[in-house]
Amino acid sequence: MESARSKSLWIAASLLILVWTAFPILWIVMLSFKTPSEVGNVQGFFPKDWTWENYETVFKTDLFTSALINSIGISLIATLIGVVFATLVAYAIARLEFPGKKIILSFALAIAMFPVVSLVGPLFDLWRNIGLYDTWPGLIIPYISFALPLAIWTLSAFFREIPWEMEQAAQVDGATNWQAFRKVIVPLAAPGVFTAAILTFFFCWNDFVFGISLTSTDNARPVPAALAFFTGESYFEQPTTAICAAAVVVTVPVVIIVLAFQRRIVAGLTSGAVKG
Amino acid sequence: MAAITMKNIVKQYGDGFPAVNDVSLDVQDGEFMILVGPSGCGKSTLLRMIVGLEDITAGEMVIGDRVVNKVAPRERNLSMVFQNYALYPHLTVYENIAFPLRLAKTSNEEVQRRVNQTAELLELTEHLERKPANLSGGQRQRVAMGRAIVRQADAFLFDEPLSNLDAKLRGQMRTEISRLQRRLGVTTVYVTHDQTEAMTLGDRVAVLRRGVLQQVGSPRELYEEPVNLFVAGFIGSPSMNFLPASVDGSFLETPLGRFELRDERKIEAVGDRSVVLVGIRPEHFEDVSLVGEEKKARGSIVRAQVDVTEWLGNELYAYVPYEAPEDLAAQLRDLSRELDSDQLRTQAVVALDAASLISPGREAELWIDTTKVHIFDPATGDNLTRDEERVEQLGRMAEDSRAAQREAQRGPADDETGASVAES
Repeated sequence: MESARSKSLWIAASLLILVWTAFPILWIVMLSFKTPSEVGNVQGFFPKDWTWENYETVFKTDLFTSALINSIGISLIATLIGVVFATLVAYAIARLEFPGKKIILSFALAIAMFPVVSLVGPLFDLWRNIGLYDTWPGLIIPYISFALPLAIWTLSAFFREIPWEMEQAAQVDGATNWQAFRKVIVPLAAPGVFTAAILTFFFCWNDFVFGISLTSTDNARPVPAALAFFTGESYFEQPTTAICAAAVVVTVPVVIIVLAFQRRIVAGLTSGAVKG
Repeated sequence: MAAITMKNIVKQYGDGFPAVNDVSLDVQDGEFMILVGPSGCGKSTLLRMIVGLEDITAGEMVIGDRVVNKVAPRERNLSMVFQNYALYPHLTVYENIAFPLRLAKTSNEEVQRRVNQTAELLELTEHLERKPANLSGGQRQRVAMGRAIVRQADAFLFDEPLSNLDAKLRGQMRTEISRLQRRLGVTTVYVTHDQTEAMTLGDRVAVLRRGVLQQVGSPRELYEEPVNLFVAGFIGSPSMNFLPASVDGSFLETPLGRFELRDERKIEAVGDRSVVLVGIRPEHFEDVSLVGEEKKARGSIVRAQVDVTEWLGNELYAYVPYEAPEDLAAQLRDLSRELDSDQLRTQAVVALDAASLISPGREAELWIDTTKVHIFDPATGDNLTRDEERVEQLGRMAEDSRAAQREAQRGPADDETGASVAES
């Protein structure tokens, strides 16, 4: 009986948390299906007339489509470069003994804790002087440097989990250090690499502060920043519904990525590597 | 194939602790050498120095005719089976076995031919497309072996390869490894702490203690003529009984009773020592009622209080507690702790014929085969009664039987897959 009661308690608690977290999202989704005039005039959670109008508006706006391209491009490039760097660094930290290992790790941690906002001002000046202002690299560089620490910490934890014998076996089998790393360690660390990639991607995708401060035109402005400049269909109406539609559009990839990669992460490739 | 020669090998860790201390050992071409000792004796470290995963602090490691102290593992052309197998979980069994060949840029047809041959030899053919995670312990072990034998390595190195298998499987794999090694005739160094493996597999066995090599010899030599207390106690199960004894002419006064040494050589070896340790293996005791007259005359009879008996069907173990002088008791306790057994009380273990009707709690008459008794110096632990003539004879015997076995294996094996895997 005890277990049945605790089970129902668990379910109740889970439901509560689910509602708590899902409600704002659902609200945004509902708003995105309302007509612009309905907001503030008609009461009710669900739209009176369901409409795709807002989505059409969003995709017709150059501001949004170019921002979407910017966001995707910048996030992907930053993720790719960041993860490659982080993999190499994390491997070195997990496997090699070298002076300054501790310093690198604590430095990475310090960067992760550094307040982003305090860097925006100097960066703005610097970027304008060297011509990186309002360009893709101008965003990619700070994204990488702020995403690296987290990726390094995640990945080095993963590398430490891999039995060292794997690599030694490869070396005895005739592999160079690089071959052992590429053919044995990286495939085994794949779940970790994916985790790090997802975290980095989300960091870049969700960033607002850099996005709005270091860009001024469609050249490089990412979606979160672009949303703030959104005017909607008509100047006489609040663009709330259109902004909500845009928010839903940029949330969808995040949800898809999580669902797609979750299985890879959970798959736990290392099972069966050593004795059962 | 190659011989491995170690000259005064030392391994010192950062804190100055010598894990391996001044070990010199010759492994002949095609020989099966066992490194054995209690945990922490440096046997695995020594193996890892041979393969190159551990730096050598001092000394010289020669494989074939090449000094390999500074040679990377991949250039030593050795293959190794790890204790936890270290299979690559992301590759199929086929690719696991093919891995060393792929690294050597072997052509695809050649890879296929060799992997299939190896798989057939190890009965893995139907598992080639599976991943290691879906295999049983024994199958994983065979895959690890396959990866080791698929290329022509100069030597095989095994690091406690059977310790993760259950007892039954371990027995099977043990015979399998032995057969495979004789068939391929490749120099093999095998690390284990299991003395059954040590005794049954090796042409020769090297016993290590705290990084120092104690004795190298055929299993029979180690058993019959150990050089010191440590080897005597380590080899044999249950281990040898060490009884403190005071010397009285040709008589020895032990806690179990008084008996006579009838061997001039042994009496001489004792010299003028007043206290010695007498080593008697459990199987050199017998229930008096089961000993024939002729045999009885060969040994001595003692009376002892039996504490506990264990009847195993094929034999009977009887435990005989005894009192020992404090200093010797402490020394014996240290020794047993070092042998990983941690015996709490001083007691003699006696292995008797299963037909014996000795019961616990009673006094029993035990016959001791005094011709097989060894006498140790309590201070140094050295065996005073080691028979050098016998050692030499045993060495020659082992050498002869090895040669004969090689000869017998070489003939029929030529047209079989095993030989061609090794020689092609």
